[in-house]
Amino acid sequence: MLLQQLSDARGISGCEREVREIIEAAIDGLVDEQRVDTLGNLICLRRARRPVEGRPLKVMVAAHMDEIGLIVTGVNKDGTVRFDKVGGIDDRILLSKQVLIGQAAVPGVIGYRPIHLIARKEREAAPDLSRAAIDIGATSQSAAERLVSLGDPITFRTTYEALEPGALRCVKGKALDDRAGCAVLVELLQHDYAIDLYAVFTAQEEVGLRGARVAAYGIEPDLAFVLEGTICDDLPKGDEDTSHVTEVGKGPAITFMDRSFIADRRLVDLLVETAREEGIPYQFKKAAAGGTDAGAIHLSREGVPAVTVAVPCRNIHAPVSILSLNDLENTHRLMAAALQRIQGSLS
Amino acid sequence: MKDMIKTLVEAFGPSGRESVVSALLADLVRPFVDEVRSDNMGNLIAYKKGSGGGLRVMLAAHMDEIGLVVSHIDRKGFARFQTVGGVSPLTLLGNRVRFANGATGVVGWEYWLQKRELPKMEELFIDLGATSPADAPVEVGDICCFDRPMVDLGKRLVAKAMDDRIACAVAAQTLIELGDTPNDVYAVFTTQEEVGPRGAMTAAFGIDPDVAVAIDVTDTGDTPKAAFMAVELGGGPAVKIKDSGMIAHEGVKDWMIRSAEAAGIPYQREVLDAGTTDAMVIQTTRAGIPSGCLSIPCRHIHTPSEMVDHGDVLNSVRLLKAMLSEPIAI
Repeated sequence: MLLQQLSDARGISGCEREVREIIEAAIDGLVDEQRVDTLGNLICLRRARRPVEGRPLKVMVAAHMDEIGLIVTGVNKDGTVRFDKVGGIDDRILLSKQVLIGQAAVPGVIGYRPIHLIARKEREAAPDLSRAAIDIGATSQSAAERLVSLGDPITFRTTYEALEPGALRCVKGKALDDRAGCAVLVELLQHDYAIDLYAVFTAQEEVGLRGARVAAYGIEPDLAFVLEGTICDDLPKGDEDTSHVTEVGKGPAITFMDRSFIADRRLVDLLVETAREEGIPYQFKKAAAGGTDAGAIHLSREGVPAVTVAVPCRNIHAPVSILSLNDLENTHRLMAAALQRIQGSLS
Repeated sequence: MKDMIKTLVEAFGPSGRESVVSALLADLVRPFVDEVRSDNMGNLIAYKKGSGGGLRVMLAAHMDEIGLVVSHIDRKGFARFQTVGGVSPLTLLGNRVRFANGATGVVGWEYWLQKRELPKMEELFIDLGATSPADAPVEVGDICCFDRPMVDLGKRLVAKAMDDRIACAVAAQTLIELGDTPNDVYAVFTTQEEVGPRGAMTAAFGIDPDVAVAIDVTDTGDTPKAAFMAVELGGGPAVKIKDSGMIAHEGVKDWMIRSAEAAGIPYQREVLDAGTTDAMVIQTTRAGIPSGCLSIPCRHIHTPSEMVDHGDVLNSVRLLKAMLSEPIAI
């Protein structure tokens, strides 16, 4: 299954090759043109296959290939490995996690002092990461340096797996942000549209929407959609009468605003109307938090109307996240139907 | 000009929802320019062709104001929200907000008298007078802004959204009064400044001007315990030297000062500690655009009662006319 392959693939920001190669194999025969640009974005064009008057609209649909992770910043005398974060990671989730380092996938564990040696007060605060290091079992600096090098990318060691086969059809895996979007975008290339569909698998989103910025500049799209895995906080809230940002199983989440952009109202309306008329469940992302590639794309050149649609992912930006395959499929259904409705210009 | 200001400041226009203000401005300036158009970000671009030999000048005044966006409607019909731009809980308490559909609400908090510290945003709610979610006149994702009429205090004017409709009024009045000029003038009424600046970025890319001047409000140092700042209400338009987002192009700054001195217009030099304007993003567009900012001194910025001096407003129009009507040397 493509999502499984993509989730298990290793690709922190700037090191997206493994993910890109899986996608390249999956889209074989579905696109008319494809290229990899300087920053590593995979840009694919599936031309309009349904009749359209005049020039078909150029619609960019983007999903980012990169995941959050760590990077090797040094090797200690005792053979442990120093690291820094790539992308937004909460320090508290790192301790004792298993990781894989570099091309050779050297296994390691993020080490920290055990509970016995940590005073109560320190336990209540976030850990001091300067006192953490990755233990790869090496006993000397030279032994470690034979296995890892400065700058090696580090990913969490997590295996994709289906959870309890209930109504939600939940799966767990790493990097569902945004391999979920990548999986949906590959599926979208199977349909026929009256638009020139630019499917862009972007690089370096997690470190600042970097790939999407140059991809949009090169493509000059008329409209843009961004597919994401997004924040989901549907944990028990007691009786508190507030919204979850998104909830698993309630369908694709449409963004009206986040830290990086305000969604184009016409595109939000298009998605909502499509969902209602096709009977596809949807929800709004009910927090103006986080940012997506839409933040970079909508400010490209003279501006591009843009919106983000996302699959809710629990435990986002952690070593393991959870999503519902129902949400994944409904995101695909919603996007396919919405793209098929686009004919001429935006009204 | 006070009527125009009143119409503009009282209009609805939080970031991303500037279409009402845009329509008002388009009607105001259309008879005085050669072309009026909107771009993908909703910027309104008014173009007045020059008689030749001049520069392509971009003016930028942002149409949007700060606001709130509904993130949840609870079982009793109260709306929870997140902020759009720099909004403080202090200025929200007890204030009225208005939505595009006219729905009005009051921002509430239960602990006015009991608590001494400021509320957290998530403790506040908008009371729309509704009794259930079905009864609520707004939906998740709807954006609102302050609701306040303008008050004319004589020398001074008080209103919501002086930031930055007062600059929209100044730019519009400049187009109305500006006669022949050698310069091609692009007056851009920009969007989404309060959340970026964003609109100015794409407008500048499209126009690719030779020089740009943002028009925005700035803080003053003339209130009882103000931080040191040599800008006061009534002292004339302020020529920006630097703010926290940009250093004004020296040639643009000098052009502004030269024009003011030649025309005998009072002006002040502005060094702003915190805050920036559209000029920040215009300046780094494409290969770089010489940019500056004409600031209108304003007290109580980002409250529902922003105060400007009417004389400063008129002098800002005079200064812009002086700057634009002659050939520009930078």
